[in-house]
Order: sequence, then structure tokens, then C-alpha cells
Amino acid sequence: MGLLQKYEAPSEAYTDIRRFGADPFNMRFDTVISPTEAELNGGRVILIGTNNYLGLTFDPECVEASVEAVRNFGTGTTGSRIANGSFGAHLAMEAGLAQFYGRRHAMVFTTGYQANLGVLSALAGRGDHLILDADSHASIYDGARLSHAEVTRFRHNDPEDLYKRLRRLEDSPGDRLIVIEGIYSMMGDVAPLKEIVDVKRQTGAYLLVDEAHSMGVLGERGRGLAEAAGMEADVDFIVGTFSKSLGAIGGFCVSDVDDFDILRVVSRPYMFTASLPPAVVASTLKALERAESDRSLRPRLQANSQRLYDGLNALGFTTGPQLSPIVAVVMPDMPTALSMWNQLLKGGVYLNLALPPATPNNRPLLRSSVSAAHTTEQIDQVLAAFEWAGRELGLLPAQTQRASA
Amino acid sequence: MGETVAHLTVREVGRVAESVLGRPLNVTSNTDIARDLAIDSLTLMNIVMELEDKFDMSIPLDRMAVIRTVGELGELIDELRTKD
Repeated sequence: MGLLQKYEAPSEAYTDIRRFGADPFNMRFDTVISPTEAELNGGRVILIGTNNYLGLTFDPECVEASVEAVRNFGTGTTGSRIANGSFGAHLAMEAGLAQFYGRRHAMVFTTGYQANLGVLSALAGRGDHLILDADSHASIYDGARLSHAEVTRFRHNDPEDLYKRLRRLEDSPGDRLIVIEGIYSMMGDVAPLKEIVDVKRQTGAYLLVDEAHSMGVLGERGRGLAEAAGMEADVDFIVGTFSKSLGAIGGFCVSDVDDFDILRVVSRPYMFTASLPPAVVASTLKALERAESDRSLRPRLQANSQRLYDGLNALGFTTGPQLSPIVAVVMPDMPTALSMWNQLLKGGVYLNLALPPATPNNRPLLRSSVSAAHTTEQIDQVLAAFEWAGRELGLLPAQTQRASA
Repeated sequence: MGETVAHLTVREVGRVAESVLGRPLNVTSNTDIARDLAIDSLTLMNIVMELEDKFDMSIPLDRMAVIRTVGELGELIDELRTKD
């Protein structure tokens, strides 16, 4: 009886997955050529599953800022902000985020996962209520567990269900914090923010929106769903990440609530983690400037997303309910999903294989995330690979008249 | 009519689990939810959500951490219902 004996079932499942070909959870890129291309086993693949929405990972200005910071401040901070102090870059990043969002307070975390862990666990405590969308990211569920608050799920993107569940808690003491996401990471659907804000107002709850996948993507200035929906004043806390649109790693929370900074001495995931290396912060701050000022990025991202989404639907694949840079193709079962994913890889396309229970409704997904940096030709190559793989596997009918969009 | 409240609740849990899973189940108080029913964490949360609607009540997920059997889940539901 070993310690890891309890993982017999997932271990067998993982072995089965690897029998289909490449290991989807352990890809090894030889080299990354650009935000949209890499080399894998000696061949080139188009990257369309890397959440690199604005394509800024190789932006010359971001790279230069990072190089300069590593020369001036070294490779790492070797400790947490409360122990080793803050560097100018951390303070500049927080000031930059506060300004970007037009909020009084901003706090930076070392990863996006930790931002949810650190914020949820500190905002809600024993006796409070966290009301989570059922399709929330694992970091939200884990942050909820760490909070010791009472946790209730409501049906995904369903404001009426949210209201019903809050009503059931009417007589219970404690504060209520509703947690939703701007764009949901698996299906790419968007939260009905206006309706959720109505429920928040009726029930006196607080509202937190995780804009991890919507920052830089939605809104005129890229501030996310709250901006796009015109509801920023009703969102008490925005959490986000640096590892998607901003092309680095890290997380943050912005807010206007009084005494926000107390979180710095009560949030354990903030207090007991080494702070971000200045080089990471330097590129992120530059990327934030680009995300805000380069107004050509979002229209390009939108056009690429539309081309992929429409193209896949025209081919006859089942996609998510709404257009966004996350374009998920629903697979009927695991063997089909695995065969299709491996076939796409052979066809020079790398995207994510997303499996239950990490996906909604227990359906496996082929999840792509479009970038502003993709060329039209690359999107068309991805569509051609989908068509080829779909026909090879009999998912699409053999060469017939192509449906028009 | 000799059934206790707990037995009725166990039966309801079984029915709700059957509807969420879409397959018939043989459920008793001693049925281990993860091992015997092969239910993953997400499916269990979906069953809890259905039970909340069935009984018009709130079953906080943090209370689920210690639940292993259908009987324990039934007892938790009865406890939370009588508390109101």
C-alpha cells in the first residue's frame, strides 16, 4: 500500500489517454518561434490553444523592458513582499492596474490561481457565503475551500437560479459574495452581467468578476466584461491574470472598497509566496500599456475569432453558444476526442484537449484560443486541418458539398 | 409507513442521483458515493444542486467534505432541514 495507491483510477485513465498517441498533458515543444508557432518533434505547429489573446509574448518592447529589468534588479526577489519588501516595479504595476481600471486599489499576486485563492479566502470567512457559478475555474473552488465560508453553487449563467439560491439564505447571517467569470474558459461563453447585477442589488450581496479570459479582450479599452456591459460601478472586485492577454505570469485584484490594503497582511497566498520577479512585472506593465493603447489588437482578435467560429460551424462541428476568442468544439465521446486531437496535431495544429470533469456537462472538448497575432492564413490552415481530421475519423461526412456559412 | 425520515431521504438521494447520472442505481445508506457509484466531484456537486432544489434548501458545499456514504448525505440533509 503506497501513498499513491489511491490514484489507481486516474492513473489507469491517464494510461488509456496515452495509448491514443501523444500525451496531451505533457507536450514538449522544441522551440517556440512566435506567439502563434512552435516546433514539436521537428515539425512546425500552429499554436491555437495558448490563451495568448493579444499575441504579446514576443512583443519587442515587452521583451526589452524585461531584459532591462533583469539586468538592473536581478533574476528574482527571493521572498515575499511582506518579508523582502516591494520593488519599484511591483508598485508601478499596482499603480498602472489601478489607473487602467479607474479604481483606487490594486494588489498583485504571483499567479492568477493565487489571486483567486488569496482574494476569496481573505474576503469571505467562516459564517459568510460564497455563491459561485457552477462552471467556475478550479482556483475559485479552491479559494472558496480555503475561506471556510459556506459555499453555494448556482446554475451556470442563470441569474434566476442565483436569485433563488440567495433567497434560500435570507435568514442566514453573514455577508454574501457572488463570484462569476467574464468569459468562461472552457466554452467561451460570457456571463449575463446586467441580470446578475440586478440580483446583487436586490439581495445586498457583493460581486466579484474574474476577468482572466476577458481582460484585453472585451470592452472598448480592454477592461473586460464589466466595461463592455457598462456595469463597472456595480462590480466590487475584479480579479485577473497576467498570463493570458498580457503574456507573462501573475494575478491581480482591483477594487474601490475601503481598507482594501488590509488584504496584504491577512491573505495567506499573498503573504507566503515569493513576489513576482521584476523582469516579469516589467514586461507585464509594458503589455498593459499596449493592451490599452493599441486599438488594432481587439478588432484583429475579433475578426480571427469570428473566422474560426464561423468556419467550424460551417463544417458541421458543434461549438460553444457564443462567439469569443475561446472556440470550443464539442466531441461526442472520449475516444473521438482523443483521436481527433492527435489527428489535428499530425495536421500541424496544437490546441487543448479538455476532459471531464474539468468541462461542463461531462463532454470532452477541443478547445482553441484565438490570438490577434494569428494570420488569416493560419486560421484557414486550422480550419483545413479540422476538416481533414473530421473526415478521416468519420466525424464529418466524406467529401460532400461544403455547407455555406 | 414504518420508514424513518432518514430512509426516505436516502431514497430521494438515490432518485436524484439516478436522474443526474441517467442510469439506474442500487442505493442504500451504506453505499459509498465515490467508490460504489463511481461519481466524480463535479457530478456529486450537480447531485447536491438538484437535492437543494428538490428540498428547497441550501446544502453548503463545505459541509460535503466529510460525506462518504449516501446515508451520511441523507443525515446532513435532515439535519439542515430541521435546523430551519
